[in-house]
Amino acid sequence: MSYDKTLGEALRRQGVSRRGFMKFCATTASLMALPPSMVPAIAAALEQARRPSVIWLSFQECTGCTESLTRSHSPTVEGLILGQISLDYHHTLQAAADSAAEHAREEAMKENYGKYLLIVDGSIPVGNPGYSTIAGISNKDMLLETAKGAAAIVSVGTCAAYGGIPKANPNPTGAVAVSDLIKDKPIINVPGCPPIPVVITGVLAHYLTFGTIPELDDAGRPKVFYGETIHDRCYRRPFYDKGLFAESFDDEGARKGWCLFKLGCKAPVTYNACATTKWNAGTSFPIQSGHGCIGCSEPNFWDLGGFYKALSVPNDPVTLVAGAAAAAGVAAGAAMAMRNRKAKADAKSKHQTVTIDDLEK
Amino acid sequence: MIGRPIDIPIRAENGDEPVSHGNALPLLHEVRHALERLLAAGEETVIDLRSIPMGPGDEARLEAELGTGEVSARLETAIGPSVALETRFPGVWLITHYNSEEQILSRFIEVTEVPAILRSQPEDVREGLDSLSEQLLQQTNE
Repeated sequence: MSYDKTLGEALRRQGVSRRGFMKFCATTASLMALPPSMVPAIAAALEQARRPSVIWLSFQECTGCTESLTRSHSPTVEGLILGQISLDYHHTLQAAADSAAEHAREEAMKENYGKYLLIVDGSIPVGNPGYSTIAGISNKDMLLETAKGAAAIVSVGTCAAYGGIPKANPNPTGAVAVSDLIKDKPIINVPGCPPIPVVITGVLAHYLTFGTIPELDDAGRPKVFYGETIHDRCYRRPFYDKGLFAESFDDEGARKGWCLFKLGCKAPVTYNACATTKWNAGTSFPIQSGHGCIGCSEPNFWDLGGFYKALSVPNDPVTLVAGAAAAAGVAAGAAMAMRNRKAKADAKSKHQTVTIDDLEK
Repeated sequence: MIGRPIDIPIRAENGDEPVSHGNALPLLHEVRHALERLLAAGEETVIDLRSIPMGPGDEARLEAELGTGEVSARLETAIGPSVALETRFPGVWLITHYNSEEQILSRFIEVTEVPAILRSQPEDVREGLDSLSEQLLQQTNE
């Protein structure tokens, strides 16, 4: 595929009809968590999109993020998205190694200077650079050098975004996040351990579609995927509102699928898309399989206290929105979601009564 | 001491009971409002089912409530099949996009007279016209 062909042209050449393209756009909008009313705008933009060069650097990580992405469940559509980028360097996936691989990176940097997208997974050891090197180059040096010519940086996974497990107390390698070292480039954090694959591709699709970075929250995360807590989007939320909790992992409440709040679920303070996007072809997510959320997409989640220690109970656990729905005798899950979208700010301020600082109480 | 299996407090659930977490009904109310808007002002509505919190059983409940109507169309596109199904409520369509391995890519409820994806598209019509002309030209030459 040549660099100058647009996505619209590439798809047509592959025998994709306009109907197929409409389906592709509808799915991409869903992937990007954008409303279906945006589909025409997405279609217009995607048709003209050209494939950007992507350099992927892996530092102190477990390769779980790459596994998550390459095992993603919709090979055709995401394959098309990935086929539409030029992945010029990814030392875990590419066949070349050592100096040949580094040569590929240098070539891609030179050819697309100022325009390529840099994706990073893993944290960077600054205490002793010897902890992690690639072809004899320290992670820090490689990041600083590669970041210079990048248009934007995507920190994939909690390690790159916030330091993750390598940074967990006592942080033996002196691990830091990408944003601790790079201050002069736009950085998109896509945390999660690992992040949801469609969230990774959704961010790439956004960049491909609009050529811009999506709107970010205080923690550098795209609001479309990380704008609401797992708790606000959880199908078990109606049980929380009714005060129905599992008290242990094998009691009546657990069997009936009640709220896992008392068993340490961190959903009320965790911003991610698991509750609606789910995992493994939309099959399930941790809470659906009976385990509380561990808050893996939050900064420093590893050091925030026990996974099974309950968050403190907020003063007003039942929000006005939930109260109204319960009073109307409606099980509030989907209704809540719709109302929340309309009164998102209101609902959010209600839920900030539980903060990270409350974790150890 | 090793406990006998009988001591473990496990009770088998009755698998026949329909499980639902009550998230289908509020969605049906949304659909009812959308139908009213379609009738009154011709306004179409699309609901992305991936953006709605669904527990186990909720989607099955929703499908059962919506039922099936007069039209079921299957599209075979180069990126996998799609199914457009009119529910038993005329004007309410369930659109499911699959990949080539028949896994669901995305799912929408469309409240409209006819889903856009069922219409022949001008780009495809133009291409079809070209190939028909070529076909006829070949036959003239024979």
